[in-house]
Amino acid sequence: MTAELLIPNQTSEDDVVIHHRTWKDYFTFSTDHKVIGIQYFVTGFIFYIIGGLLAEGIRTELATPDADLVDPSTYNSMFTMHGTIMIFLWIVPAGTGAFANYLLPLMIGARDMAFPKLNAVAFWIIPPTGLLLILSFFLGPAQAGWTSYPPLSLLTGKVGEGIWIVTLLLLGTSSILGGINFFTTILKMRIPSMSMMQMPLFCWAMLATSMLMLIATPVLAGALILLSFDLIAGTAFFNPVGGGEPVVYQHMFWFYSHPAVYIMVLPFFGVISEVIPVHCRKPIFGYAAIAYSSMVISFLGLIVWAHHMFTSGTPPWLRMFFMITTMVIAVPTGIKIFGWLATMWGGKINLNTPMLFAMGFISTFVIGGITGVMLAAVPFDIHVHDTYFVVAHLHYVLFGGSVFGIYTGIYHWFPKVTGRHIDETWGKIHFVLTYVGFNVTFLPMHVLGLQGMPRRIAMYAPEFQGLNQVCTYGSYVLAISTVPFLVNAIYCAYKGKPAGSNPWNALTLDWQTTSPPEIENFEVLPVLKTGPYDYGDSEEEEKELTAV
Amino acid sequence: MNIPSSITTLLLGIGLTLVSLWYGQNHGLMPVAASEGATHIDSLFNAMMTISTGLFIIVQGVIVYCAIKFRRKPGELGDGAAIEGNVPLEILWTAIPAAIVLWISIYSFEIYNEMGGFDPSADGMHAMHGMPAGKGSAMAATMDMGDVPKGSPRISALGVGASPANQGKAAAVNVNVLGLQYAWIFTYPEINITSGELHVPVGKEVQLNMNAQDVIHAVWIPQLRLKQDVIPGTETQLRFTTNKVGTYPLRCAELCGGYHGSMVTQMIVHTPEEYDTWIASQQQSAQAQAEIVKQTIAMNPANLSPAKYLAPYANEMGVKPEMVEHLHHQGMEMGGSIASVIK
Ligand code: HEM
Ligand SMILES: [Cu+2]
Ligand SMILES: [Cu+2]
Repeated sequence: MTAELLIPNQTSEDDVVIHHRTWKDYFTFSTDHKVIGIQYFVTGFIFYIIGGLLAEGIRTELATPDADLVDPSTYNSMFTMHGTIMIFLWIVPAGTGAFANYLLPLMIGARDMAFPKLNAVAFWIIPPTGLLLILSFFLGPAQAGWTSYPPLSLLTGKVGEGIWIVTLLLLGTSSILGGINFFTTILKMRIPSMSMMQMPLFCWAMLATSMLMLIATPVLAGALILLSFDLIAGTAFFNPVGGGEPVVYQHMFWFYSHPAVYIMVLPFFGVISEVIPVHCRKPIFGYAAIAYSSMVISFLGLIVWAHHMFTSGTPPWLRMFFMITTMVIAVPTGIKIFGWLATMWGGKINLNTPMLFAMGFISTFVIGGITGVMLAAVPFDIHVHDTYFVVAHLHYVLFGGSVFGIYTGIYHWFPKVTGRHIDETWGKIHFVLTYVGFNVTFLPMHVLGLQGMPRRIAMYAPEFQGLNQVCTYGSYVLAISTVPFLVNAIYCAYKGKPAGSNPWNALTLDWQTTSPPEIENFEVLPVLKTGPYDYGDSEEEEKELTAV
Repeated sequence: MNIPSSITTLLLGIGLTLVSLWYGQNHGLMPVAASEGATHIDSLFNAMMTISTGLFIIVQGVIVYCAIKFRRKPGELGDGAAIEGNVPLEILWTAIPAAIVLWISIYSFEIYNEMGGFDPSADGMHAMHGMPAGKGSAMAATMDMGDVPKGSPRISALGVGASPANQGKAAAVNVNVLGLQYAWIFTYPEINITSGELHVPVGKEVQLNMNAQDVIHAVWIPQLRLKQDVIPGTETQLRFTTNKVGTYPLRCAELCGGYHGSMVTQMIVHTPEEYDTWIASQQQSAQAQAEIVKQTIAMNPANLSPAKYLAPYANEMGVKPEMVEHLHHQGMEMGGSIASVIK
């Protein structure tokens, strides 16, 4: 069966690229979800470069055991800023901001998000807030890590820490506004012919993500507000000098920040579920299982937070509880990974750049998943908590997961967003450099942690120097890898080969309009005739079945 | 043609199992294990490494295999097979991981118990009180604040307690540990010794009662696979029995400020005779020790310059003089802010 999709009165001009937007539109308070999506992405990428440069600074400092590049407290502010920027100004805006905004309305056949003005407000909070955070660099930045545990965070300078708190409160607000929008849009704005079980899997992933954004983020706000009282007014909610409980802050912080890691990765589970069927020309394997597993992950993600606190004096039975819930998350995650692999199996795989990045995503994310299960085992975590083993783990999920997911999505939807193809050769060079650079940078960190190197240190024992240098060289490859991407993307956005409206022959609604989509997405509301993943030859299926 | 393919699968399976089993035991990634508890944790880690190696090879293998076998050849048209799922297969790959993580959980639970994670007596009421109680010794040093009476039960949390065989008994050696930016101070209340390094006799059970003066620190002894946060205002504990004589690093593992990375000292595991000799040599300089102890208790860090405060220990711990300089700088802020909060 070949896919059919009925779009009444669809003009089929294939090579015409319609430029509805000029560059000026991107500097306005536009309520068009596509403009906002691009605003989010470009803003996020600029912060990614800043966060990346900080990472290169960190790695350069760590090329030698002594603290010889920067002052140790400057080092602390560098990784504090690096972590904060990467999470709150790059991955979250890129995943939930850029991809969800651009794609959700297109995928469900809506003309825009449910609350377009709110959407624009959510975006416009980000650039000034980001600038504020960068500004704090010149006023004595925060130094207590992106986790900002008191009492340390109360003692390292009021201005920087104060700005850090304000920044996170504002970014949290933006995130909540976004969450409200996605949640409502997915539930209420679908075309009438699309049932929940016919939604593209990205929509399921975003439904799960937006629930986390709505439930968890307010708790972070609570923690930060109390922390700011301790900081500014000298109260003692968390400050032990005066009778506060620093560990309560940790609970509140992680009640948000563990779900936050799913906020950062679930959207990309969605992206991968979209990209693999299209380029393998096969239906997604186990639609319902993959859809529901997002919801299960979202629920379980809310009850695992204290796995970050196994050495914080947490009572034994609590440690065991959080160990088991954390372990259980491996099951729905495994369902997704096996589902993707089974989708690839027997496909007609087009090994282009988006597909390579998707395969790279699975390949690296699974390592982060494995080390995640290890870290859940309390006795082992007691050894490696707060070491380079954790730094390795978190980058395998945040870089190997989220960043690979972002690139997968960018290469996949580039023709949709720009109406042009991005160059394949440069894309593949980008992929190889990223994949190799990433693994050289982060794989050795597992060993460093097991052997005894704590994280967040500017000076380390000389016996660790060899592996640290490997990491540092890897990080330079990683830095260089962004250059071919940037040049390629910018060049091809203007000069690339015209792509037509649906170069991948994809079935989801986002591909059933012009590229770039017209201002209100669809001239006439589309009507579904097939599911989102009805690829595949029935003949092939028979062959397959008789062969087994 | 069917038989060869099932044989290949079988052989691949056997090969995979063998490689995983071998690598799980021979990865050589852990440092020396200096206690029985550490050996237990290593066997848990080895088991997880075995499973992980298998899973890693399967997933990477499938990706590479697909990239080669199912690659679209130039000019090839058409789609793959229209297979939308397979319920038995999906149940299988739900059930197997579930069984694996359940097994790891149970195994971890057992090891955790073996290590002393469930020791009910380690609730802090039984701890040796060599150091003044209260919300962190910064305040203990200024007891005139008065709202925390001496000897009131302190808040306590469990780190790792006695292994089941030793529960209910007092440890052979008790050491009070104080973490402060950026040093460790070990006091032996029973024998009245203060030291910048942790000395313990091999084969004897040791209990660390830990407090922090300023911010959260964490004691980490990689060779014992033990780590526990040291929290101002809350006493935490670690109990362990070493089984290998040697000198091992004892590092701070929780970000505590600029010189967090240099907050490193040593744990020296002695033979019983050596340990007695060490005690004797320390007690000879009892006079000096008493001096230090007095300072530890009677000094208000808010009034003393931190460099002065740390000077007695700096020598002993082999801290470089430049570092004390830095401490001076860092610490002034610290002392200042404590003072301001106290006011
Ligand atoms: C350009 C590639 C990157 C390199 C070379 C790099 C390197 C590092 C290193 C060495 C640390 C440890 C610092 C320390 O503990 O002393 C670190 C911390 C961290 N990185 Fe990255 N990183 C990169 C990209 C990313 C990305 C894409 C994310 C995504 C969210 C990320 C998130 C974090 C976080 C959350 C921390 C913890 C910060 C903290 O301890 O407070 N990094 N990074
Ligand atoms: Cu977590
Ligand atoms: Cu420290």
